[in-house]
Formats: sequence, structure tokens, C-alpha cells
Amino acid sequence: MKFRVIILLALIVTTGSAFLYDTDPYKPTYLKLVIPKGWPKPATNIFAKNPLTEEGFQLGRKLFYDGRLSKDGNFPCASCHQQFAAFANPDHDLSHGFNNNFTKRNAPPIFNLAWMKELHWDGGINHIEVQPLAPLTDTSEMAETIENVLKKISADTAYKRMFKAAFGDASINSQRMLKALAQFTGSIQSYNTKYDKVKRGEDTFTISEQYGYKVFKTKCNSCHTEPLFTDNSFRNNGLNSSKNLADKGRMRITGRREDSLKFKVPSLRNINRTAPYMHDGRLYTLSQVIEHYRSKLNSQQPTIDSLMQNKIVISNQEKIDLLSFLYTLTDEMLTGNKRYEDPQTGNLPIIHQH
Amino acid sequence: MKKFFYFSLILLCCIWSNAYAQPGVKENQNGILKIVFKNLINDQPIILFDSSYTNPFGENYTINKFKYYVSNTALYAAGTVNKIKNDYHLINQSIDSSLYFTVSLPENQYDSIQFLLGVDSAMNTSGAQTGTLDPMNDMFWTWNSGYVMEKLEGTSPQSTVVNNKMEYHIGGFSGEYSVLNYLTLPFPKDKKLQIRKGKVSTVVMNVDINKFWDAGMLIKIRDIPVCTSPGILAKQIAGNFCKLFKVVDVINEK
Repeated sequence: MKFRVIILLALIVTTGSAFLYDTDPYKPTYLKLVIPKGWPKPATNIFAKNPLTEEGFQLGRKLFYDGRLSKDGNFPCASCHQQFAAFANPDHDLSHGFNNNFTKRNAPPIFNLAWMKELHWDGGINHIEVQPLAPLTDTSEMAETIENVLKKISADTAYKRMFKAAFGDASINSQRMLKALAQFTGSIQSYNTKYDKVKRGEDTFTISEQYGYKVFKTKCNSCHTEPLFTDNSFRNNGLNSSKNLADKGRMRITGRREDSLKFKVPSLRNINRTAPYMHDGRLYTLSQVIEHYRSKLNSQQPTIDSLMQNKIVISNQEKIDLLSFLYTLTDEMLTGNKRYEDPQTGNLPIIHQH
Repeated sequence: MKKFFYFSLILLCCIWSNAYAQPGVKENQNGILKIVFKNLINDQPIILFDSSYTNPFGENYTINKFKYYVSNTALYAAGTVNKIKNDYHLINQSIDSSLYFTVSLPENQYDSIQFLLGVDSAMNTSGAQTGTLDPMNDMFWTWNSGYVMEKLEGTSPQSTVVNNKMEYHIGGFSGEYSVLNYLTLPFPKDKKLQIRKGKVSTVVMNVDINKFWDAGMLIKIRDIPVCTSPGILAKQIAGNFCKLFKVVDVINEK
């Protein structure tokens, strides 16, 4: 009897240890994207082949703030995408990158990317994972090669540890780097503005905000559709083409003349933080933007959006109320979220070196 | 107690054997097909950089880079087709080991081979990839997401662009300007592809650059020295590119 128990125990121990040996120590903490109540389903399941984990998110966060992703070390993703500006580039019509070069377009903010099918002002990027390749290799932006970036970060043992935690082993390649970045940028969400709280019954609009919301619903909502405040379409909103940039917008991607001068409708969420406005940042204030729509826009362009052929009638009072409403779209759960800030410096303001 | 002991013993053995079991390796009934790409000009392998060539319009040129994607290989036999899964290859003239690839096929006699020139649209929209499809291979457009189907680069005195460059980056996978084409190529009449277990058969394909210039549209370097974005021109050039491929030999290992 005793003998049997010993054998049994021995077997349990060996079996157990065999399992221990076989079991992969890779045990990430899985996370879920928040899909706020009443929102449409995300446009794409961005994490379908890239399971969202805390470890992947943290790796992506480190990469996002790491200057080594750029040629001279000065231009991490975060140099043009700053958290307090909802990850846009405040005060820069066009961003500047390597060697004092200017980009051709205004850096868009980063949030709610799962609800976007295409990225960039012209929609040229078809998947969140491949987006970083554009700024990373552009000679006016980060101006680096993927090979060099991998070489630089592979030399850092902290990265080896983090890649292992995120993906199960320490091997570092472009796919893993891009997937980690996608886990960070795809997790940046905006759904806690005053507007959202009012919608959830947790707050109330002021009278001016309430009137502004009415104006918004009748005059803006068809393109800047709630709750994302964009319908993600491409439209010509009557900006004259800048001679120097000669930017044809969506036509650059599709090759179709009817897409000339069309750009992606940006979200109005956090709009108070993302100045300057438009694809080339030519308008510096929201007041100028409303002026554009009610008086300045060039409705004679062949591809002008049908909703803007007669400009948009907005009275002075409506303009004031509309601005009040737009200020309710700022999301401090995004701009002040500790999970999104630079893991090295914390939420200290980034001193602009250029 | 005795029963319990034996029951536990059996249970533990089961768990143990499961833990150690190899994933079921079936006895492989497949043979190997090796597909060889011979990139030629005047029946000779292309020499990059150092050799001057002349196209049918009398224009001189050199080639510095020639690479293209081949994917979705399928082999046709009477009444059946064997499609190779997850099958992507980058044929690159500057890397000898890239000029052929092998696939595993069931025993059979096959009549023709099919493949896609380029990377299928599903994989073009599936995010970051690795290996053959790693963007580091310099065959991915970062500003207009998608894989380039083919790159042919060089120089020509007839080229009017900077440094007399000649550069054809042919891509675009969606809509009316898709450059993706499936090629179905028969084997030579007297050659049968016979796949046998444990044996290697070889299909030899000639890729004749001479035909690039006038196989469909006329590509005079003077007129068209560069094409580096999707569109009608890229689609037309892709049409020419398709005509370069021909199976010239099938060798079955005895």
C-alpha cells in the first residue's frame, strides 16, 4: 500500500515537473478595446491578428516615445504626436522632421483608430500596423531605415526583455515592432468628453453648449458624424490648392480625377487641442475654420462637396454657440491619461528642441 | 484503493504521454517540386550593373535591380488542382538562392502550373508581415500601403530623368488599376511533370526581359523611363511583364 502511494506520488511529481518544463512561461495579460455603449462597431478588428496585451501595449508605448526610431535620435513618433494635443502637433501647420525638413501635411491626432478603415489625410494607409513605416522612412520625418531601427533597439536589453514579455521570445523583427506600436496607438481612445458625459446622463450642457449642439446637428453632423465626429469620408471642403504643396489629396492614392483635392474628414473630438487646422494646417483658430465654412470657401472647384456648394449659413450667435459646443469635445481622459504618457519622463511637458 | 491506484496510474500515463506526444506526423506521401526562374536577356542570365543591353527600339540600358513576387502557386492535374497555402516568394536577381523555390505536392502527373505575379490583395491589407513579405525587403509602398509586384531598375542614355535612371516599380492591388495577374502556364508538349514520393521534380521557367519592351504596349525608355505609382501605366506595364514567363523544361528525378 505504502509502496503504491509512493509510486503514485513519484508519478505525480514527475508528471507535474514535466508539465512545468513544457509549459511556456509566456503569460501575457490580455486587454480589451473599449467599445462605448451606443457606438458603431469598429471599422476593422485591428487586434484580430495582434492580440492586445498589457505587455504589447507597454512595448509599443516605449517605441512610440523612443528617438532611436529616427535617424538623428530627435524625432520619436511623439515629436509630432503629443499627448496634451490629443497626439496631434500643436502650433505647427506643417511638422518638421530630420534635417530641418518640413512635412507636406499637418500631423493628425491619434485616437479611436479602430474606427478608421484608412489612415492619413489621403487614406493611403490601409492598416494600422503598416502606418509607422511612412513617417519612419520619410526623409522629411524620421528619415530612418527599418534595418537601422532594429539594429539600435536590438542592442538594448530592456527591449529584449519587453519583446519577450510581449511576444513569447526575445527575437526582434519589423513585424513585432509594428504590431507593438499598433497595440499602443490602437489603444488610445477618446470617449470621455463632456459631450460623452452629457450623452450618458452624467453631466449637462450649458445653454450656449446646448444651442451649439443644435447648430452642430443641423450644419456639421452630416460629415462630422456623431459619436466619432467624422464619417471617415474624403471630401473637398473648398480650400484652394496651395501652389507650393500642389497636394491633390485622395487623388494621389486612387489616381481618379474626381478625387482631386479631397481629404479625409477629421474627427472633431479634441478639436480645441489640435490647432492648427486643415490638411496643411493653414487655419490657426476654430474661429477661422468657421469663417472658412460660412464665407471663405471656394465653391467653384469641380470636385467641391455637394454639401458645401452654397457654403454653410452660420450666424454670429450660432458661431459663438458652436464654439462652446466644440469645447465640450475635449477629452482629458486622453490628454491626461497616465497610461499614454512617456514611460521615461512621465507627463512632463516635452520641451521642443527645434 | 487498488482500483483507484491503477486508475490514477493509467490517467497519469495518459496525461504524460499526451504532454510528450509529437503532433501527429503523418507518413509523407508527397514529393517535391522545385521551380526555377531563369531571368534572361538574349538567352543569357542577366548580369546586373556591368552588362549593356539593347532593347528592340535600339535603346541601350543596364539593369541594377530586378525582383518580383510570385505567390499562390497551384498545380493542375486532370480534374484536380493543388493549391499551395501561404505561398509567397520574392525572386531577386541579386540573390542566387531566391531564384528558385520548392513546394510539396501529392504524387500525381500534373499538366500545368499557375501562380500569381505579385502579392494577393488579402495579404496587401493584412498589416505587418515578416519573412518574404517583410517591408525590409524594399518591396512595400509606405505612402500607399501595398506590395510592389515587380521592380526593374537600371540606367539608359535614352532616359531623360536624373542620372539617366530607368525605374519601373509596378504595383497597385485594388480596383481598376490592379497589376495582379494569375499566369497559367502549360508544360512543354513532350514533358510531363510526374511528382513521386521522395523524389524531386524541377520546372524550369525562362523569364525573358527582351519581351518586356514590346510584348503588349511599347515601352520606349525615351518615352517611359519611370513608373513608380499605381495607375493605368503600371497596369499596362504589368500586362507586358506577364508575357515574359514560359516553362521551358520539366525534369523528373529518376
